[in-house]
Amino acid sequence: MKIAVCVKQVPDTWAEKKLRSDDSTLDREAADGVMNELDEYAVEEALKLQEAHGGEITIITMGPERAGETVRKALSMGADAAVHLVDDSLHGSDALATSYALATILTGRDFDLVFFGSESTDARMSVVPAMVAERLGVAQLTFAQKVDVDGTSVTIQRVTDYGFETVVANMPAVVSVVEKINEPRYPSFKGIMAAKKKPVETLSTVDAGLEGSQLGLAAAWTVVEDFAARPPKAAGTIVTDEGDGGVKLAEFLATQKFI
Amino acid sequence: MLFTSEHDQFRQSVRQLVEGEINQKADEWEDAGIFPAHELFPKLAAIGALGLEYDPEYGGGGADHSFTVVLAEELGRADVGGVPMAIAVQTGMATPALARYGSDELKREYLAPTLTGELVCSIGVSEPGAGSDVAGIRTKARRDGDDWIINGRKMWITNGTQADWICMLVRTDGDSGYQGMSMIIVPTDSAGFSIGRKIKKMGNNSSDTAELVLDDVRVPVRNTIGEPGQGFQMQMSQFQDERLWISYMAVSGARRAIDRTKEYLQVREAFGKPLLANQYLQYKLAELVAEIDILQGFLHHTAARYVAGENVTRAATVAKLKSGRLSREVADACVQFHGGMGYAEEMWVARYFRDCRLGSIGGGADEVMLRIITMMEDMGKPQ
Ligand SMILES: Cc1cc2nc3c(=O)[nH]c(=O)nc-3n(C[C@H](O)[C@H](O)[C@H](O)COP(=O)(O)OP(=O)(O)OC[C@H]3O[C@@H](n4cnc5c(N)ncnc54)[C@H](O)[C@@H]3O)c2cc1C
Ligand SMILES: Cc1cc2nc3c(=O)[nH]c(=O)nc-3n(C[C@H](O)[C@H](O)[C@H](O)COP(=O)(O)OP(=O)(O)OC[C@H]3O[C@@H](n4cnc5c(N)ncnc54)[C@H](O)[C@@H]3O)c2cc1C
Repeated sequence: MKIAVCVKQVPDTWAEKKLRSDDSTLDREAADGVMNELDEYAVEEALKLQEAHGGEITIITMGPERAGETVRKALSMGADAAVHLVDDSLHGSDALATSYALATILTGRDFDLVFFGSESTDARMSVVPAMVAERLGVAQLTFAQKVDVDGTSVTIQRVTDYGFETVVANMPAVVSVVEKINEPRYPSFKGIMAAKKKPVETLSTVDAGLEGSQLGLAAAWTVVEDFAARPPKAAGTIVTDEGDGGVKLAEFLATQKFI
Repeated sequence: MLFTSEHDQFRQSVRQLVEGEINQKADEWEDAGIFPAHELFPKLAAIGALGLEYDPEYGGGGADHSFTVVLAEELGRADVGGVPMAIAVQTGMATPALARYGSDELKREYLAPTLTGELVCSIGVSEPGAGSDVAGIRTKARRDGDDWIINGRKMWITNGTQADWICMLVRTDGDSGYQGMSMIIVPTDSAGFSIGRKIKKMGNNSSDTAELVLDDVRVPVRNTIGEPGQGFQMQMSQFQDERLWISYMAVSGARRAIDRTKEYLQVREAFGKPLLANQYLQYKLAELVAEIDILQGFLHHTAARYVAGENVTRAATVAKLKSGRLSREVADACVQFHGGMGYAEEMWVARYFRDCRLGSIGGGADEVMLRIITMMEDMGKPQ
């Protein structure tokens, strides 16, 4: 089985995130980069399927040179090879551009399954998996908390607000995962040493056959016009219950337009 | 010592494991007076933390000693001293002699399953009647055909209530002195082997420490590590690993304790300003940080020499002495500067104070280190 996993490097989850004053994009230098947490679950699920069914796992990432650390981590967890799309012209790409780039890399690479995290912790759009599936013209199985492969079909449990749905599709297919799905492994000493020797294909946008006009900040469909720091937390309102607590609470909620 | 990006990645893995698998459960294990070694050790094995330096043929990592430094430093930063000590016993104190001098058969039977975490082991040197003076041990193995028959007691044995086998130093010939000791693997399910008692301690409570009783325990002679009669020498070489491990853990633990104390003093206010703004406290901490820097530099230098194949017995002795003493000083300052909170069980400080006190006793007391240095300095044998 051939599996691809798309992973994104994001600023450390616990670090304070800042936007750049010059072009209003995320300041990726300001914090340590880590693998998007949900993408660790995607890698883990791919490794489990590989353990059960054999095959090969390729990591795909689009991001600055530093994202190479995240590629290494995925390889040290056990993936076999990686493709790293790195190019200054990608800076500021939105979800459409990201999905265009990832889909182009995936096209012609012949995959049975493409795994994604269901959301990144920095931009949190939660749309890239669906967009990539649409561009590839394959089924999208999103928010998976369980994945089973049987012959040529893949079955997932798709998490909803009320429980889960069972969704089946023929492969090739795109699957995005939620954190309930597994417990990602920590890279082992042997995995870390082995990763040094695994092939990483570094591509520029030209190498990947991408059209510059669809990439980068200039091509983004959204424009950040202005931004401001989050205001400091204001002191809350304490409703003291003197027999009329319920009424006071309702009045407060009404002034806040909750009811 | 040069740490590469591979060292950094491995450090990250160990740190995550310590946070997720040890710190989360530390309180529970401290209260229970034991931690489940058979559950935890396979998780350590999965990241390659057991037997980093040993032969891959038996499940080791084939790494050089620099990765052990990373592992020990990260374990030393845990919220609890007992569990890291138990891990250190498994991979750095009870197994070096087996890995270096054991037969292929013994290594397959005992080392390999220990490195997967399936088996738990202990190092059995100390006795009720002899700790500092290792040559004074009295547990005896008498030869009977192809078996040893062992009688005696072992004391203070870490992992002692849950170990599957003990790397045991026993007397096989003669009544006293350095000669005539052997190192024998004693399976704990042998007839005549029993746990005398689990010892209640002042610290390292998550680690079980036991007194062991051997009453006509029959063990095959092929369970002898290396040659009979070479036990003392093998243990002295094993002590070197033990002392380095203890030092790496102590210094990184002290560093973390200072960092956490700084954080607290930044938040805690007295006399209208954060405590940390107080020059007396700043200088005290700066002085301790300077000591930590020196010792860590010395340890990294020593580790690099070890990797290069040099004899580091003296450096391991010096480091053990100084790191034990320094962590006591650091712990005392941390308790003091936390005030009442330093004395309460609600915070990490009191536990750290108790746990790190062992550093100057276990693995050879400070005075035993001084004795070794004295003899190396040709001042004659201390009386
Ligand atoms: C309102 C708004 C405005 C924005 N404006 C800008 C802007 O002006 N400039 C700008 O640079 N960015 C901007 N962004 C961020 C940008 O849109 C996202 O970084 C990008 O679209 C990827 O989407 P995501 O991270 O939300 O993906 P999600 O859909 O949340 O990610 C899901 C999964 O897709 C995969 N994935 C996502 N990105 C990658 C990648 N690069 N490589 C490999 N796999 C990946 C991962 O598996 C991930 O778990 C904006 C975001 C928002 C919400
Ligand atoms: C929590 C814990 C775990 C342990 N785990 C293990 C284990 O797994 N395996 C194992 O074999 N042992 C273990 N030990 C034993 C430990 O190694 C000994 O306690 C230590 O070596 C000291 O020996 P002792 O307790 O017999 O003290 P003694 O030998 O009775 O010494 C008492 C004190 O006398 C002083 N002293 C001793 N000799 C001299 C001298 N020559 N000159 C001046 N002063 C001297 C020192 O201050 C010393 O602390 C453990 C101990 C503890 C507390």
